[in-house]
Amino acid sequence: MTETPTRSADPVVDMRGITVEFPGVLALAGVDLRLYPGQVHALMGENGAGKSTLIKALTGVHPPTSGSIHLNGGPVEFTAPAQAQAAGISTVYQEVNLCPNLSVAENILLGREPRRLGAIDPRAMRVRSAQLLERIGLSVDPGSVLGSHPIAVQQLVAIARALAVDARVLVLDEPTSSLDTDEVGELFRIVRVLRDEGVAILFVSHFLDQVYEIADRMTVLRNGALVGEYLPQETERLELVSAMLGRELGTLEEVERRAEERTPGTAPLLTAEGLGRTGAIAPFDLEIRASEVVGLAGLLGSGRTETARLLFGADRADSGTISVDGRQVRPRGPRSMIAHGVALCSEDRKAEGVVADLSVRDNLVLALQAARGWMRPVPRRTADALVEEYIERLDIRPADPGAIMGHLSGGNQQKVLLARWLITRPRLLILDEPTRGIDVGAKAQIQKVVTELAADGMAVLFISAELEEVVRVCDRVVVLRDRRKVTELDGDTVTVDEVMAAIAEHEPEAVAP
Amino acid sequence: MNVLDVTRARERIERLPQRFLPVIATFVVFVLTFGTGSVLYDGFASPQILTNLFVDNAFLIVLAVGMTFVILTGGIDLSVGAVAALSTMIAAATLQAGWPPLLSVLAVLVAGTALGLLMGLVIHFFDVQPFIVTLAGMFLARGLCLLISVESISITDPAFRTVATGTITLAEGVTLTYSVLIALAVVLAAVYVLHLTRFGRTVYAVGGSATSARLMGLPTGRVRVGVYAVSGFCSALGGLLFSLYMLSGYGLHGVGMELDVIAAVVIGGTLLTGGVGYVAGSVLGVLVLGTVQTLISFEGSLSSWWTRIVIGVLLLAFIMFQRLIVRRTE
Ligand SMILES: Nc1ncnc2c1ncn2[C@@H]1O[C@H](COP(=O)(O)OP(=O)(O)OP(=O)(O)O)[C@@H](O)[C@H]1O
Ligand SMILES: [Mg+2]
Repeated sequence: MTETPTRSADPVVDMRGITVEFPGVLALAGVDLRLYPGQVHALMGENGAGKSTLIKALTGVHPPTSGSIHLNGGPVEFTAPAQAQAAGISTVYQEVNLCPNLSVAENILLGREPRRLGAIDPRAMRVRSAQLLERIGLSVDPGSVLGSHPIAVQQLVAIARALAVDARVLVLDEPTSSLDTDEVGELFRIVRVLRDEGVAILFVSHFLDQVYEIADRMTVLRNGALVGEYLPQETERLELVSAMLGRELGTLEEVERRAEERTPGTAPLLTAEGLGRTGAIAPFDLEIRASEVVGLAGLLGSGRTETARLLFGADRADSGTISVDGRQVRPRGPRSMIAHGVALCSEDRKAEGVVADLSVRDNLVLALQAARGWMRPVPRRTADALVEEYIERLDIRPADPGAIMGHLSGGNQQKVLLARWLITRPRLLILDEPTRGIDVGAKAQIQKVVTELAADGMAVLFISAELEEVVRVCDRVVVLRDRRKVTELDGDTVTVDEVMAAIAEHEPEAVAP
Repeated sequence: MNVLDVTRARERIERLPQRFLPVIATFVVFVLTFGTGSVLYDGFASPQILTNLFVDNAFLIVLAVGMTFVILTGGIDLSVGAVAALSTMIAAATLQAGWPPLLSVLAVLVAGTALGLLMGLVIHFFDVQPFIVTLAGMFLARGLCLLISVESISITDPAFRTVATGTITLAEGVTLTYSVLIALAVVLAAVYVLHLTRFGRTVYAVGGSATSARLMGLPTGRVRVGVYAVSGFCSALGGLLFSLYMLSGYGLHGVGMELDVIAAVVIGGTLLTGGVGYVAGSVLGVLVLGTVQTLISFEGSLSSWWTRIVIGVLLLAFIMFQRLIVRRTE
């Protein structure tokens, strides 16, 4: 930090005593938040603490039940996101909220398309959106359909959209949850430029490193209440974490220990030989044994998700074979792999289809029932016991089986999605970014559950952009680069540095002559 | 990041057919049905048969355009047949009462648009299923027809008759009616609105994801109401063209027409879930239906119910085809 930001300026946004009530839930109780021009303000808290709700109260999605909002000194009462946008508040909401059926260019410029003689000017749209994409360092064809891109790209497009207007306030709700280090760096570069131009920025993230890197001030929420405002240079990380959790953090060491205890089976459960698909991933070999957690690491676009989809049969391979228990299988779509005990928990929560209108219990039971086949009903008592167990194990909040899925916070929805797969006890579980958007405490919890299940005999393929996490839970790490498997690390070589080096192309041995 | 460049070229190749595949498929089906007719019957493959497809179905094209707007937002409008019938009724009754033709036309268009607008407002502000609201609208419009008269009223206004019987000669022995020109103008206007105005793009956005569109700050309410007004206007105009075609107003005109229209739109590749589709597809859908009808009338011995059966089969085939595409792109 070169200069300590001055606080003499008046706040752009001044929220006081904000209370938001949903039927039966007090999501926010009297929270204050002030955003100053030229400052990055981090909003911190556990899953379900009320961060997204506070943002939605500001932008008119959920107008507050009580409390006041002042923008540039004047009181405002937004009742629709369009009004907040018109008043200069540009927002990237937590879930990617774009239209998958439209092109990238349109998603960036919808509602403010350049026009000539009253008609939208397609050429100007291309040019303008290409400029915005270049600004955030994303090279995709503006004319391509948004839905054809991975979540990370969609996330970046959402950010490009937010940057398309000259906003006075920029709100970013977990913009980095599906991004890699490079993209985060690029995003932060832009955030700093905007900050220096005097934009007030509100930033939500569960990554402490990122918060400490970019934030000028931090506000912590817990259970819908304000805990306090902190300055990063005066606050220890542990202090911040305890402020968020209301307790100390202690599960991480346990994960470490469990990993030692596992004894992978000897015969491979799943073997892929020369498996590949043109344009998605070059032919590769892979073996996964029971009780083994294999990591898949690589940058955005390196072919992680594509590999998972091939193994799961969601995409058809055009070369190579897959064998389960030494016998070759011809995956004709996911169903045949599911029949062999393989499950894929995809990175795309929205498309994955948690049923938003059903309760947490029903969502879990649906998966359980589907896995058992409709002929064998799950006894109600067993189902309830399992649901209770997983709500507790994954710390789903509210811990109420009857809570409506769509009302859960982003992180808690992710936990339910994960529970849906865990509860069916597959033999091989492929997890694509399972801890996306999940807070520090719950993340350790999930890692613990994964390692416990592996100790019980489940094989896991673990995909994550967060190397620390991969290294912590995995016995073996497969590294991908440019849609090609480059190496496999195991034993003592599973360290963040080694994996990083493998991703970044230069061999660590080669560096020292 | 440069990996993305590699996929880019691939995407560009895949993109075009992907998006236009359903429309291209409809075109192929159209060519095939028309080809079948040409092979089976002498005189089928004439330009006049082709132009007659437009002449006989001009009103359906206009209705299908309106329906396309509604279905693109993920809605449905069951009232179009009834509103079209009401339009023939209003036109015939007002002309009979001696209104000047232009005023009569204006009254029809205002009534249809207002009815559509009303349904849109109810759907949006009371958050009722479009299916229910437009079903109610359908009963209302049919009821209003009978309120005007239970009998058929023939149109004798000279101006109307001139427009109805007037033809434009394209080539030796190939003629069009003014209705066709009006229908084509509506199609062009719809393409313009859907693709080159913010209203049109918001129609697609709402169909793609209504919540996202709202969070993006788009005027989703205006659009959701607007498409029903557009459909109401198109129904009224389609009704006018129908009254030119039949030269009468009758409360039982166009019974079940809404289903033909929906069928045409779906055959044209527009997804009932919204967000995907083109007006051009809907026009092709109407032409396919028209060709099937012509084929059956050429056969002569087949009853017109065969048209229904063929349409049913086609519809099913198209819906399965769409499911396949959707599944493949997933
Ligand atoms: N529409 C709604 N109806 C009922 N309850 C809701 C609704 N939206 C949010 N909540 C509740 O409000 C609380 C706060 O949720 P919020 O989404 O703000 O959490 P968050 O801090 O953003 O969490 P995360 O880190 O998981 O995104 C949660 O308990 C959630 O269940
Ligand atoms: Mg949130």
